[in-house]
Amino acid sequence: MSFINLREKIVQVKIVYYGPGRGGKTTNLEYINRKFSKQIQSEMVSLKTHGDRTLFFDFLPFNMGQIKGYDLKIQLYTVPGQVKYNATRKLVLKGVDGIVFVADAQEHMREKNIRSLNQLHENLRDYKESIFRIPLVLQYNKVDLRNQGIPILPTAILEKDLNSKLKVPAFEGSALTGYNVPETLKKIISSTVISIQKKLL
Amino acid sequence: MNYGVVSQEQLEKIDELLTEKLIKIGVDCVIIIDMAGNIITAKDNGTSKYDVYSFAALAAGNFATVDAMAKLVGEQEFSLLFHKGTDCNIHFSKIDDELLLISMFGKDISLGFLRLNVVETIERIKRLWVREQ
Ligand SMILES: Nc1nc2c(ncn2[C@@H]2O[C@H](COP(=O)(O)OP(=O)(O)OP(=O)(O)O)[C@@H](O)[C@H]2O)c(=O)[nH]1
Ligand SMILES: [Mg+2]
Repeated sequence: MSFINLREKIVQVKIVYYGPGRGGKTTNLEYINRKFSKQIQSEMVSLKTHGDRTLFFDFLPFNMGQIKGYDLKIQLYTVPGQVKYNATRKLVLKGVDGIVFVADAQEHMREKNIRSLNQLHENLRDYKESIFRIPLVLQYNKVDLRNQGIPILPTAILEKDLNSKLKVPAFEGSALTGYNVPETLKKIISSTVISIQKKLL
Repeated sequence: MNYGVVSQEQLEKIDELLTEKLIKIGVDCVIIIDMAGNIITAKDNGTSKYDVYSFAALAAGNFATVDAMAKLVGEQEFSLLFHKGTDCNIHFSKIDDELLLISMFGKDISLGFLRLNVVETIERIKRLWVREQ
């Protein structure tokens, strides 16, 4: 749940990057951190293992400037994607306002994407939230691997697997090259802000 | 409690309380956050500058982790959460199910004295909320 400070006119919004392990959630935030350094005033916080896997979360506060006289502070988080970390994954989802689901578009990840999305559904339900109501954007990540001859799922298949019921905005992307990373971010921010405005009015 | 939007008046009263009860006795920095890691308000003594946004995210995570561990071993909660350093100590206290009060303080204050003041501050904040509703 977003927090609105009426005195200092600050709105804090929590957006979580969710998805299967090694899908590219942390890489999304790292790209944003590099690319939008002007809008980021503090260091990215990464709680990770020695092998660079996310252990608890990454955190990146992102300043959006003013909207209707309010300072919009976007708090970006990632969850740890490894299966064994669901308890911590759930903690990070607490109070979430908007979600980017980062799917790994490699063929062998098909099953893992579906399982991770199903678990997101359950985790949200435990917080009495619904995957059908919360602002959500899908990203089919790692499409750059196509050029290296690595089997990538066609977008139509990913859409059918993950988005046939949800029908939310979805982007092909490459967190490594930055392809559609800003577009994904902009989309989730605008959906989330619209949803918060609706709740308040 | 609908804490999602706190009125200007409420915040001002809370800030006054934090200054009066905690900053004045020598606490360096006090932050109220929610369990999602949002900052409700932050007060400091003017000399210490922390990156409060990152701090809030980590503090919420820290508290949530300890809370989850408590449940695993069959405890309702671990009521005291305290980190001791050489120059800086951090004390966590739950205001209610959604809010946490975090105090950062140095060597000049004893933990006991701090806790006394924190307890009183929290009681007053709660009363403030009840009245407003
Ligand atoms: N080719 C390619 N590799 C990527 C892309 N995105 C991420 N990777 C690589 O995939 C690996 C895992 O990326 P991370 O960003 O750490 O994945 P994660 O989702 O944060 O993983 P967990 O923290 O374990 O959940 C790293 O080696 C990245 O460099 C991409 O778009 N294309
Ligand atoms: Mg990661």
